[in-house]
Amino acid sequence: MIALTMDGRQAEVQDGQTLLDAAKTLGIEIPTLCHHKAVPPAGACRVCVVEITGGGRPGLMPACAYPAQNGLVIDTNSKAVRASRRLTLSLLLSRSPESEVLVKLAQEYDAQPLFSSPTPQPPAPNTQHSHGSTGTAKTRQAVAASKCILCGLCVRVCAEVIGPSATCFAGRGRGREISTPYKQLSDVCIGCGACAFLCPTGAIDPAEFCSHPIEQIPNEFNCGYDVRTPIHIPFPQAVPNKPLIDRENCIHFKTGGCGACKTICPAGAIDYDMTDEIVEEKVGAVIVATGYQLLDPSIYEEYGYGRYPDVVTSLEFERMVSASGPTEGELRRPSNGQPPKTIVFLQCIGSREEQTGGKPYCSKICCMYTAKHAILYKHKVHDGQAFIFYMDIRSAGKNYEEFVRRVVKEKDATYLRGRVSKVFPRGDKLIVMGADTLGGGQVEIAAEMVVLAPALLPSAGVRELAQKLRIGYDQHGFLSEAHPKLKPVETNTAGVFLAGCAHSPKDIPDTVAQASAAASKALGLITHDRLTREPTIGIVNQATCNGCFECQTVCAYGAIGPREIRDRRGTLLAVVAHINEGLCQGCGACAVTCRSKSIEVQGFRDDQLYAEINAIGSSAPLVAALPSGRHGNGSEK
Amino acid sequence: MSHTATEHDATPAAATAEWKPNIVAFLCNWCSYAGADLAGMSRFGYPAAIRIIRVPCSGRVDPMFILKSFERGADMVLVSGCHPGDCHYTSGNFHARRKLQAFRELMSFLGIDPRRFKMSWVSAAEGGKWSALVNEITEEARRLGPFTGYPSCENGNGRTTREQGD
Repeated sequence: MIALTMDGRQAEVQDGQTLLDAAKTLGIEIPTLCHHKAVPPAGACRVCVVEITGGGRPGLMPACAYPAQNGLVIDTNSKAVRASRRLTLSLLLSRSPESEVLVKLAQEYDAQPLFSSPTPQPPAPNTQHSHGSTGTAKTRQAVAASKCILCGLCVRVCAEVIGPSATCFAGRGRGREISTPYKQLSDVCIGCGACAFLCPTGAIDPAEFCSHPIEQIPNEFNCGYDVRTPIHIPFPQAVPNKPLIDRENCIHFKTGGCGACKTICPAGAIDYDMTDEIVEEKVGAVIVATGYQLLDPSIYEEYGYGRYPDVVTSLEFERMVSASGPTEGELRRPSNGQPPKTIVFLQCIGSREEQTGGKPYCSKICCMYTAKHAILYKHKVHDGQAFIFYMDIRSAGKNYEEFVRRVVKEKDATYLRGRVSKVFPRGDKLIVMGADTLGGGQVEIAAEMVVLAPALLPSAGVRELAQKLRIGYDQHGFLSEAHPKLKPVETNTAGVFLAGCAHSPKDIPDTVAQASAAASKALGLITHDRLTREPTIGIVNQATCNGCFECQTVCAYGAIGPREIRDRRGTLLAVVAHINEGLCQGCGACAVTCRSKSIEVQGFRDDQLYAEINAIGSSAPLVAALPSGRHGNGSEK
Repeated sequence: MSHTATEHDATPAAATAEWKPNIVAFLCNWCSYAGADLAGMSRFGYPAAIRIIRVPCSGRVDPMFILKSFERGADMVLVSGCHPGDCHYTSGNFHARRKLQAFRELMSFLGIDPRRFKMSWVSAAEGGKWSALVNEITEEARRLGPFTGYPSCENGNGRTTREQGD
């Protein structure tokens, strides 16, 4: 351990650590530009200078590169330090006046540019930026010279951390710049983007010097309206709120290089050897809440979804106006980035329509979220006009009708009852041709954006899941409840419950209510010491069962499985059918199927039913009514 | 094999105005039994010729139950369950439909007019349908007349199995 004094406070640091590390342990902030913990220090920018006042050779030293020594006395904010930083920042600012980081730091130290130099101009850019060329093509301006402070962090990270050395310094004096060797497109660049990530002033763009295209990964959560990195947190407030690596796009998994995230992560949490694993758990209850997906509205060619960028789905609109969305809540037309002055919402896209590929059911949530979108639109574009084409406004629910009324009255949204026949571009607008069945006649609206409300579908793969769980589903793939009124969250398989849109389209309050019911049903099941069940279930006579397992094929509940019969020495005597008492519902299909009559349903045993049949044969009033005694039973004789 | 060719008991003349047929009905607990219950609660009238045996599911009905009913003097047997796709046990009525349709094919071979065996789907909400159904099959049972046993099963002493007693 090394003990030193910094700003009058004692600090203890490990051998080999720097003054910057010591400052961090004390919570003293030292500004730095060229330093990153993942890259060996270079002391290039000189912003981090501190004054050594005792215990060593006195003077101004860069904190990022100066190793801590026993007994050093350091002042991080002395007059000399501030003067030095002011001069350094003034010089840097003179060269790179456009760097926002620099401007902000300069204000802190009251630094002014010493001269307003003409920005050093790199050589005339070559416009031939042909990817995959043989290396003769020149790079375009890869580094914004007006921002670059020539600290070389990008060069160092590429050479010392990532490895390929794609970037280097070029030129001398005022012509010095960051470039690639011979200013040619780099074949060795792996496109990891570490240089751009570490650049303190945001001056470098590897896409401009990499010889192969750097793939942009669309951000799925924002419906592809912005891009994400291969390592990413899937969406804000994700649970757990931890990043994951998308292996298909990660440079490390594609090329074996990079590894920057592992180097940088202070917690050492990144492990490239982790693999997906199947975790087996024994559970007492299962709640199926697989949610929904949206119908692809491009099946309706008349709306032009997929062809015209300004025709979007309601989910895409939702991301566009979200504060955490791609534009941080500013609504802009995808085609030209301008706010749409006229917007048309089309409801029931694929709902309540069977003729041309839609679904017969009502998707239930669209009326209300479209009304909400109209409000959001008016909040974003105050002078905008919203039109909504609807079939019926289905606003059943507490305060729902009032909400829609408010949209019409206060937000001045125009509701038009009718369908839209065609959306087509004219100039930079979209012409929406529709019918207004209440007003009578055709309407034509020159819209700048069209928002479609597609039908809700069950999630892909839910049928396979339902078959695994042995629960029912309807022709659309929505999971079936055990009873529409009395068992709305149960399924026909004991212990499996439903919640949310996996069951049917429903909004958030309904989903929360159903999920709460499913959770309490599941808790009710698993918090008891003993399970209660109907007594009328099947039992197998193990003595006569010959193990054909025909019963297994008719059981709708997967309640029948094999059981081994062994003697005391453990020798296997027979494998017979066994009915799980917790799963059996007592329908009796197995009892009828069993050829050796080895299964009986308690309460509906064969002998009990035969006794009933026999009794009916002897029913006295019927016999009395007969013209002859032919219908009597054996007891007559 | 024609249905009536093997039926020796068709003596509609025996079906006098006073004669009431003996109909055995196997009703599933969840739909048809509840439907019959609803018919009663709704005060729908229907002939008293029918005797109901409650089973958990139409899939519980063993073909032997039907034969036994005829042996014990039934003139007609009805099996009724939930509508296809609405089975309380998911698929029990499909098992019943498939199995009992196959069984119906064998009835002629046994010497029973297949018209004496009926299947129907009556839901818990269909009290009116249940009442109409019973009226209809009672009328048909009256037309078919009393079931007189299995002539093809006659044994050496000339008596049917039923007459031999139990």
